[in-house]
Amino acid sequence: MAGAGGGGCPAGANDLQWCFSQVKGAIDEDVAEADIISTVEFNYSGDLLATGDKGGRVVIFQREQENKSRPHSRGEYNVYSTFQSHEPEFDYLKSLEIEEKINKIRWLPQQNAAQFLLSTNDKTIKLWKISERDKRAEGYNLKDEDGRLRDPFRITALRVPILKPMDLMVEASPRRIFANAHTYHINSISVNSDHETYLSADDLRINLWHLEITDRSFNIVDMKPANMEELTEVITAAEFHPHQCNVFVHSSSKGTTRLCDMRSSALCDTHSKFFEEPEDPSSRSFFSEIISSISDVKFSHSGRYMMTRDYLSVKVWDLNMESRPVETHQVHEYLRSKLCSLYENDCIFDKFECCWSGSDSAIMTGSYNNFFRMFDRNTRRDVTLEASRENSKPRASLKPRKVCTGAKRKRDEISVDSLDFSKKILHTAWHPAGNVIAVAATNNLYIFQDKVN
Amino acid sequence: AGGPGCVVCYWLLGDTQEKEGILPERAEEAKLKAKYPSLGQKPGGSDFLMKRLQKGQKYFDSGDYNMAKAKMKNKQLPSAGPDKNLVTGDHIPTPQDLPQRKSSLVTSKLAGGQVE
Repeated sequence: MAGAGGGGCPAGANDLQWCFSQVKGAIDEDVAEADIISTVEFNYSGDLLATGDKGGRVVIFQREQENKSRPHSRGEYNVYSTFQSHEPEFDYLKSLEIEEKINKIRWLPQQNAAQFLLSTNDKTIKLWKISERDKRAEGYNLKDEDGRLRDPFRITALRVPILKPMDLMVEASPRRIFANAHTYHINSISVNSDHETYLSADDLRINLWHLEITDRSFNIVDMKPANMEELTEVITAAEFHPHQCNVFVHSSSKGTTRLCDMRSSALCDTHSKFFEEPEDPSSRSFFSEIISSISDVKFSHSGRYMMTRDYLSVKVWDLNMESRPVETHQVHEYLRSKLCSLYENDCIFDKFECCWSGSDSAIMTGSYNNFFRMFDRNTRRDVTLEASRENSKPRASLKPRKVCTGAKRKRDEISVDSLDFSKKILHTAWHPAGNVIAVAATNNLYIFQDKVN
Repeated sequence: AGGPGCVVCYWLLGDTQEKEGILPERAEEAKLKAKYPSLGQKPGGSDFLMKRLQKGQKYFDSGDYNMAKAKMKNKQLPSAGPDKNLVTGDHIPTPQDLPQRKSSLVTSKLAGGQVE
């Protein structure tokens, strides 16, 4: 899929040559559960990249400034800050453990020198402030340089403390803790375009919060049936519209997406729009509903489209048309004839995420065997790439990968039966402005950049 | 449909017992039902949802355990099925079912070491 990006035309995903840039994480064969990355997110400028893991830790990487003296460190990401966001908790009433796994991280737009992000586990959302300190005061009156208090009666003269530079220290502190509003497990958080509110969604309910208020939230969607025996559908993801602060969407386990308008009523149980692709009843099987379950929903940056990810495909929807998607991209259709074993090993329940490129011209999502897929919406071309340490020479180009289904396997292809289903790429992120992507492969974080960059 | 790596399916009218004629999904469904004949008649739905809502490690509770034992008297306590994490019916975690202790919290490996 090589080719130079055109002179004046916007380059699509496949005009780019994706190259290995960096890989973070240990090389151990034995992966500790806590090290499994559970979320990846760039901030609004793309200068910061946050990861959350099953051990409740957040690691933030910062992009190095382009430096003439070190031309090869072309925008590399290095560790900026790391902290323990959530710890395991125990619900004594139900004798249930509350996992510390970070389900989602969402950045707030930057408003001052500090950076803010929301991170959540199954039950509690926290607002973290990440700030830099590069100065420290010296020459206090009441205490020594080593902090010991001076005897006030011995002080004969006063001095003004002076600020002296110190090595950069990045501090993370929890500024708000939003707890006890979800009976079920939180799967999504989304910051509103008003920069004042955000939503949190669990399996059955969605709540609206104000960033300043921790002891109160408003329930805006409630899908809990009066009788739990009648439960047929759960909420799988939710997101606010990027520009319209009154609009949000939520997706379901039945493959439907609802768009809600908060101006219409306080409780948005009735949707404003209902997106569902009609199903051919003759093709229905035991697996139909399971594989139609939407694992992720994302608005385009433009706000005109949204994308849904189900088990085998990614669909792009025009918000003005509810009846069917405008694009359907097959991620790994060859798995359709493996559904029985994928059901037995639970892989059929894997929740893959998806993301848009900054210009919305391309979309990306993960697959198995550490493969990930990119679809160029303009050229209609797609490519399968692999996140692997075997291809990790600096600036090495990624070679497109191919899965073969038939008996005849070409030399560079891999057969469906040889795919490693334990190597899943569930979380990927695309830099908001440039062609840099972050791909989480179990406990390793890969960063790829394009050659043109 | 069509194109590299895509399974092309043909409907054969009439004899639906011919495996070649069935959609790959239906063939997979037949495989599954052959392995697990008692699998619910309704398509994958509520069972999964309830399992999903109950996600979480249930721990040993001596109060529950002793009360259940007293109720059962001579009968055996229902033990954990193949899926130890699924809490169903009267299942109460027993000391034998206890999960391994989690290891202590340390700094993420993403933040340490040289790598690259």
